[in-house]
Amino acid sequence: MGRVNFGGVVKKVCLDYVPDVEVGDYTIVHVGFALSKIDEETALKTLEDFRAMGALDEELGSEEEAFARAAVAPQSACPDGSCSVEVHKTVN
Amino acid sequence: MRLVVSHPSRTNKDAARVGHPLLYAWELFAGMKYLTEFRNGEIAQRMAREIHALATRPWKIMEVCGGQTHSIIKNGIDQMLPAGIEMIHGPGCPVCVTPLELIDKALAIAAQPGVIFCSFGDMLRVPGTEGDLFQVKGAGGDVRVVYSPLDAVELAVKNPEKQVVFFGVGFETTAPANAMSVHLAKRRGLKNYSLLVSHVLVPPAIEAIMGSPGNKVQGFLLAGHVCSVMGYWEYPPLAAKYGVPLVVTGFEPLDLLDGIRRAVAQLEAGRHEVENAYERIVTFEGNRPAQKLLSEVFEVTDRAWRGIGVIPNSGWRLSAAYRDFDAEERFQITGIHTQESPLCRAGDVLRGAIKPAECAAFGKECTPRHPLGATMVSSEGACAAYYNYGRFLSAEELATAGSGLTRAANA
Repeated sequence: MGRVNFGGVVKKVCLDYVPDVEVGDYTIVHVGFALSKIDEETALKTLEDFRAMGALDEELGSEEEAFARAAVAPQSACPDGSCSVEVHKTVN
Repeated sequence: MRLVVSHPSRTNKDAARVGHPLLYAWELFAGMKYLTEFRNGEIAQRMAREIHALATRPWKIMEVCGGQTHSIIKNGIDQMLPAGIEMIHGPGCPVCVTPLELIDKALAIAAQPGVIFCSFGDMLRVPGTEGDLFQVKGAGGDVRVVYSPLDAVELAVKNPEKQVVFFGVGFETTAPANAMSVHLAKRRGLKNYSLLVSHVLVPPAIEAIMGSPGNKVQGFLLAGHVCSVMGYWEYPPLAAKYGVPLVVTGFEPLDLLDGIRRAVAQLEAGRHEVENAYERIVTFEGNRPAQKLLSEVFEVTDRAWRGIGVIPNSGWRLSAAYRDFDAEERFQITGIHTQESPLCRAGDVLRGAIKPAECAAFGKECTPRHPLGATMVSSEGACAAYYNYGRFLSAEELATAGSGLTRAANA
C-alpha cells in the first residue's frame, strides 16, 4: 500500500500492480488500485501536438487573445445572432 | 467507474519529501494541470474544425465505454461534430449489463441474516425484479457501500462471525481490484469472504456488435482505462476481421476529439487499424502484473448481458483454484423468476439501436430517482447521461425555447 495525493486528499492505494512507481510519479487510480503510471513525457508531447494542430491557420495565443478574437468573430453560430457585433450596434 | 490522476508517494521511501509543503503545492498544481490541459476549449474548437475538414461522408462511431459517453454528453462533444458524424453509445456500463437474474440473487443474498453485503454505490438503485439493494437495506439488511473491494476484505477480517460478500461487477478495469481481493482472502485464509462475480469483457462485445445483423457501427473508440490494464494486443485481429478502425481513446474532451478525429481519418482513407490515442496511459502490452493475477484468479466463461443476451466467452468467473470464494457457490439461491419492466428499452439503448430520449418512458415513468432500467441509474449509463445533462428536449422544443429567449431579449 502507498499514499496517493488526489489534489489535496491523501488516500491509501494499492501499488502492487505498478511495481516500478516512484515517489513523485502520477498514476491512474481505480477503486483503490493504481493501474498505470502516467508517462509525463508523452503527455507533454501529446499536448504539443494538439497545440500545433491547425496552427498554420491561426496563431494560438493566450486565453485573453482567444476571447478577444471570439468577441470580434464568434467561432460558433449564435442561434439568434444576438452576439454578433452588428446586433450590438443596432441595439445601441 | 471513477479514475483520478494523482500522485503516489510511499511513506517508507522518502517521508520527509512527502510532507514538504513546497512539493505539495507543486503536486497540486501539476495534478490539476494534467487534467485541465486536456480540456482546453480553444484547442478543442480547432480539433472539431479539423474533423469538419476531414469528413466528406456520414460515419457512425461507437464509444464503447460509459465513462466516455458521459464525457461526450457532458462536454457537448457530439454537438461539435459535423452533422453526419454520429456517436453511438456502447454497452460499456458494467452495472447496466449485469443480468437481472444476478441482481435478484444479490438481493436474496443481501437480505439473509448474518450477511454483510458490500457493493460500489451505483449498484444500490439498480432495479431487480422486486426492489433494489436500497430497499433491502431499508428492510434491515446489512448493505454497505465501499470504495474498494479491499475495504470488504477488511470487513471480513473484523467481522469473523459474519459472511461478507462483495458484488464484483465490472469490465477489465475493475477486475484487477476484485482479483486482488480474493487473492488476499485466500492468502489470509478467510472463510467468510466471497465474491458475487459478473465480470464482462470488451473484445467479445465488439465482436457481438460487429457480427449482429443490421449493425451500423463503422468505427470504435476503445475504452482507454480497460486498455490501461489489458493493453491493445487483443484488438488487431478484430480490426482485420471486421475491417473496422479501433482507436484507444481517453476521457477528457481533447482525448475524445482526437480519438474521433483519428477514426474519421481512417474511415475516409479506407483504413482499418488499431491506433493508440491515449499514449500517456496505455501501452501495447498493458499492465503485465495485473494480467498475470487475472489469469490466475479468473477463467473465461459465457456471460449473459442484460438487454443483449448471452455472448460466448464474454466474461470471467473465478477459476477452479478460487471457486470456494464464489458467492453463487456459497449461497445456493434458487427459485428466481425474473421480470423486466415492460416499458424499459435499456436493451435497445445498450445495443446503440436507439438514443435514450427515443424511449417513451424516458424522463416520464423513468428518471434517476425512479429508474426502470440500469442505464438510468449508473454514472456510466447512457440514459442517466442524457437525463443529467438535459438532453431530453426534442429539436422542436429546443427551437421553441430558443425563440422564446429571443422574444424575451427583444422585449
